[in-house]
Amino acid sequence: MSMAAEEEASRPFAGLSDVSISEDIPVEGDISVPVGPSRTEEEFSTLDEPVKETILRDLRAVGNKFIHVLYPRRSSALLRDWDLWGPLLLCVTLALLLQDGTADSDHEGGPQFAEVFVIVWFGSIIITLNSKLLGGTLSFFQSLCVLGYCILPLTVAMVVCRIVLFGASGTIGFVVRLVVVTASFGWSTFASTAFLSDSQPANRRALVVYPVFLFYFVIGWMVLTFSPSTERQP
Amino acid sequence: MASNNDPFEFREFEEDGNLLETNREATTIKIEDEDVKRQTKAPGFVHDAEDEYSAHSDDREELLSGQKKSAPFWTFEYYQKFFDIETHHVRERILGSLLPWPRKNFIQFYLRKNPDLYGPFWICTTLVFAVFISGNISNFMAGKYNPQFRKVTIAATMIFSYAWFVPLGLWGFLLWRNNKILNLVSYSFMEVVCVYGYSLSAYIPAVVLCIAPLEWLRWCIMVVAFGLSGSILVMTFWPALREDHPKVAMAMVSAIVLLDVVLAVVCKMYFFSRPGAPVAPPTSGLIKTNTSSS
Repeated sequence: MSMAAEEEASRPFAGLSDVSISEDIPVEGDISVPVGPSRTEEEFSTLDEPVKETILRDLRAVGNKFIHVLYPRRSSALLRDWDLWGPLLLCVTLALLLQDGTADSDHEGGPQFAEVFVIVWFGSIIITLNSKLLGGTLSFFQSLCVLGYCILPLTVAMVVCRIVLFGASGTIGFVVRLVVVTASFGWSTFASTAFLSDSQPANRRALVVYPVFLFYFVIGWMVLTFSPSTERQP
Repeated sequence: MASNNDPFEFREFEEDGNLLETNREATTIKIEDEDVKRQTKAPGFVHDAEDEYSAHSDDREELLSGQKKSAPFWTFEYYQKFFDIETHHVRERILGSLLPWPRKNFIQFYLRKNPDLYGPFWICTTLVFAVFISGNISNFMAGKYNPQFRKVTIAATMIFSYAWFVPLGLWGFLLWRNNKILNLVSYSFMEVVCVYGYSLSAYIPAVVLCIAPLEWLRWCIMVVAFGLSGSILVMTFWPALREDHPKVAMAMVSAIVLLDVVLAVVCKMYFFSRPGAPVAPPTSGLIKTNTSSS
């Protein structure tokens, strides 16, 4: 008897096989949504916490992801807890640094703030759409998050280039900037493909990696060709 | 065998004549020979006669059209079927567009009813940035370093309009002529876009090589690139046009070639200025181009 009952229970949907609802037998029970006790307390407490803590929590999450980009290793921090604060911060920083310092220059050479913004965000969106159309498994925002965070090495290179331009100019400065930008471009591409290529089947990996390569190449080119005024030849 | 009357005993298949001998009441069905012929010929793609291929391809298209046109065009799945390719497909198609072969019609040999949007889009994007960056480098080497970022937008507009509006016009024209003249060969819009996109891939190494500061070399390179891309286009569209009135066919072929020439010349002249000539027309009169100080 017990063995039959066990067998009965082990089969999936075992108990439902002979369910019949008839009007004269009332169905009763109670439905409860399982809510962890700590969660409700936390929700109330985050409303009461000081603003500094809220901001620091987000900053810590962003900083954690920066570290994951700088030392790319297999971890789900970038993918599971995606956020777009980091990419926004990096994009604004990069666009501001790419502006000309002189206010009265009629040199319209460098990219405007809006152009950098459009290239970074539209570029990321198009690459994400591309990888999704090719059958990728990452969600839209996860992919945007990865691409945005991996601009970090190029932003660091931009800061270094600006410092170098204050100091040495001429050929040596150019060679230093070239090396720095090339290294950071390689780093960005490597970091982002480490996250993105896992989600693609092997026979399409190159098709997904190439647009990422092109994206960081264009950003690297913008960083490399930045020159604060027309007179100074890089 | 015929004498064995046990109905469950396995019997070898006999010619229908023999079967009819044993049982006059039986009905026999004869499999038509042409179905067998069709089945043996369908898998083979390489044909000498294009007409034979296109007749079979129409049959196959009917079979496949039910599978392909399932999703409406405003859904994601509709566009996903244009990305149903693998790395080696893209590589083969690019190589096929760089090395045109008279026997291999690009659409029939390489696309095989599977046009993709990946190739045209990313080749156009690569070309836009390649032209911009090469133009910058060549200007820098000529001493006039004026990296107008505005040129990216202009390059993008030019190249994307060539790669999308010209195929639209050509496809519309072919559709219109198809109503008047029964053509065996008809191309879908995606296939035309695909051919145009892949034909632009000949320009990418050309603009990179145009960094060299020799004016005659640049023109030679552009002529070679135009030759490759133009020949791909002409060889692909000639089978669709040759049934037409000869004047109309010649006019269309020259229109295709002319638009290709215009694109090549405009790219060359706008992005790679002649050394000694001023850079692209300044919008504000205050820009003083750097005279070469090296």
